[in-house]
Amino acid sequence: MLSEIMMIPMIAALMLLLAIIVGLFFLGLDRKIAARFQSRIGPPIVQPFRDLVKLLAKETIVPDNAIGWLFNLAPVIALASALLLILYLPFLGVAPILSGYGDLILVLYLLMLPALAIAIGGFASGNNYATVGAQRKLIMMLSYEFPLAVLVMAVVWKTSSMFPDLQGFTFSTFMQHPVLTLVGPVGGFGVVLLIVTILIALCAELIKGPFDNPEADTELAGGVLVDYSGRNLALFLLSDAVKLCAFITLVIGLLLPCSLGDMFSSFMYTGWLAIAANVVFFFVKFTVIAILGLTFVRVAFARLKINQATKFFWLVSAGISLLGLLLISLDSMM
Amino acid sequence: MHDAYKMFLGPVHPALEEPIFFDFKIVGEKVIATNLKPGNAHRGIEALGMKRNPIQVLYLSERICGICSVSHASTFSRAVEAAAGIEVPERADYIRTIFCELERLHSHILWAGLLAHEIGFHSVLHYGMKVREDVMDLLEYLSGNRVNYGVYVIGGVRRDIPKEKHEKIRQSIKYYNAAFEKFKDVFLNDKTIRMRTEGVGVLTKNDALKLCAVGPTARGSGLNKDTRQDWSYLAYGDIGVKAQLPSQVTGKINGDVLDRTIVRLLEIKQSAEIIERCIDQMPKGSLVSEPKAAVILSRLKNAEGEGIARTEAPRGELHHYVRLAKKEVVDTWKAKAPTYNNLMAVPVMMKDAQIADIPVIICSIDPCIACLDRVSIIEGNSGKSMNKYDLHELCLRKSEMFGKIERGHQ
Repeated sequence: MLSEIMMIPMIAALMLLLAIIVGLFFLGLDRKIAARFQSRIGPPIVQPFRDLVKLLAKETIVPDNAIGWLFNLAPVIALASALLLILYLPFLGVAPILSGYGDLILVLYLLMLPALAIAIGGFASGNNYATVGAQRKLIMMLSYEFPLAVLVMAVVWKTSSMFPDLQGFTFSTFMQHPVLTLVGPVGGFGVVLLIVTILIALCAELIKGPFDNPEADTELAGGVLVDYSGRNLALFLLSDAVKLCAFITLVIGLLLPCSLGDMFSSFMYTGWLAIAANVVFFFVKFTVIAILGLTFVRVAFARLKINQATKFFWLVSAGISLLGLLLISLDSMM
Repeated sequence: MHDAYKMFLGPVHPALEEPIFFDFKIVGEKVIATNLKPGNAHRGIEALGMKRNPIQVLYLSERICGICSVSHASTFSRAVEAAAGIEVPERADYIRTIFCELERLHSHILWAGLLAHEIGFHSVLHYGMKVREDVMDLLEYLSGNRVNYGVYVIGGVRRDIPKEKHEKIRQSIKYYNAAFEKFKDVFLNDKTIRMRTEGVGVLTKNDALKLCAVGPTARGSGLNKDTRQDWSYLAYGDIGVKAQLPSQVTGKINGDVLDRTIVRLLEIKQSAEIIERCIDQMPKGSLVSEPKAAVILSRLKNAEGEGIARTEAPRGELHHYVRLAKKEVVDTWKAKAPTYNNLMAVPVMMKDAQIADIPVIICSIDPCIACLDRVSIIEGNSGKSMNKYDLHELCLRKSEMFGKIERGHQ
């Protein structure tokens, strides 16, 4: 009994460590692949790990006109909330560890926390560049949350209308009944539209590619992070890595939760082999989404202005997600 | 009414390749006032030049700027030749033209990459760097150097471009033409690039005329103005250069960043054509008017007169003024870079711009601060730089002092 109680925190700790490592690895992979697209050699894949070690060894400077405690607290909140998020998500394709203690609505709120922490850190640093960056981050958040909410509603509505006796807002339900298997061809197209929506939001959430206005290096010289250094910046790097993990896991958990394990179990393979197959399949999906949603988009577009980005999210992205919702509901009427 | 706040850009900032200071007044994301203060890259090159003989100054002039090194050497040598009445052989003129145009090629290609960098499109930046590398290789192949070519001498050129080297040049020109097509496709058809450049940083034809804009900045606003066309020099008269206007591609002139981009892209193609025609038409003859440097030097020592030369550098019209006064050294030397004119247009372009437009607009005039900074007035060691009001004050005080002295004598 005691060992079982100890088991869960240990698995949780392992999982968080893995999330950090996977996140940093994929940050490196993203840089490497982007470099290859741009006919450069690029940094080694382990570069983010080296950056982390270097940053931790560097001096941490708090500017004179910053609000010290808030300035130091922001990166901690960013990392802590991102880590907490991992525990509520089906990372590695297994059911979320804290699945009994909160549902998808909580996840949606937790998703906002790292972004808020970055904005707070930016405001607290008292630098004009950082303040502008923080404003942009908040505006971006207001923009990409709506398509995301529509997407969650679409998936939850479809699943719970098919299985009213199951809990609608939990990932284990989606894992049992992946939304792609519940819909016909029309609804399938709707789900594809939803995947497009969430991949667009992915870049904005991770402050990458065409939506990196809060950090915009040529405009704001790093924006929200301009005054951060040393340990604080290392924490933001870590939270970036974990956020990458969390967000892609969310995409997988919501829209592509199909697993190989079920297939294996029908062939009588169960136990460790099935779990291993699941994890491998999870990483295949993870890699595809990371490269398609992040690296491809990053190298293929110029940065948008903040008003253009907002307009894009409220008109195009919201439109696509609503169309997806409409198609899924049409599908269930047919 | 929202509160306006100040934002400084520079002297060191990722959007700037060279040090210059901008001071913006901003409401929200909108720029409402722009001020700028150059003077951080001043090195006193002209003062150094006035302590050396013209042949030594030629090397110095190449080092005013890394990217426009040919333009400065070309303009200075022509100014000295004009002052001393030295004729340049025709073949040397053609070789000088080829180097001028190669410089324009690599400058414009680099610029196209930099513009993409400013708008966060790093793939195009790296493509630009890759293409530019080929121009640099060609320049190294022809002159032995990548940045300061050392090809110009007073009265001609140092290195010949023999027939064997023509094949390599032709190959490279084919490569640049392909690169031009690709750049044109990217900059004209990419949606995100158009979103960031169209209607941004508008400089009307009237404003461009009033602010004396030069080079691609003026042509982007529809001024039919090109030193190679209007005041033909070197071999350009034989070749017949036409100023490239954005209306050739889009049919209209807006004077925005996109138009300035189109002008520069068209000039990539034009430069490739000029180089090709230079190779085809290159006359036979000697490379220098006088092979012995000592003879040239003694002529320059005994020369008296003024020379002025203007060149269409990649960024616009470049002036050099030289006065020789039967001395060992250059008596007076003054260089005026195109960025001096174009930078004045930046505050006008910044009207109604967003913060996101600031680096794009600054980049769109292709500022070259090392060329621009010809003067920096500093009071003692205090680090305080003086503006025109301070200088006026100084002048008044000095007049007062002279008045006192005169009264004292009486």
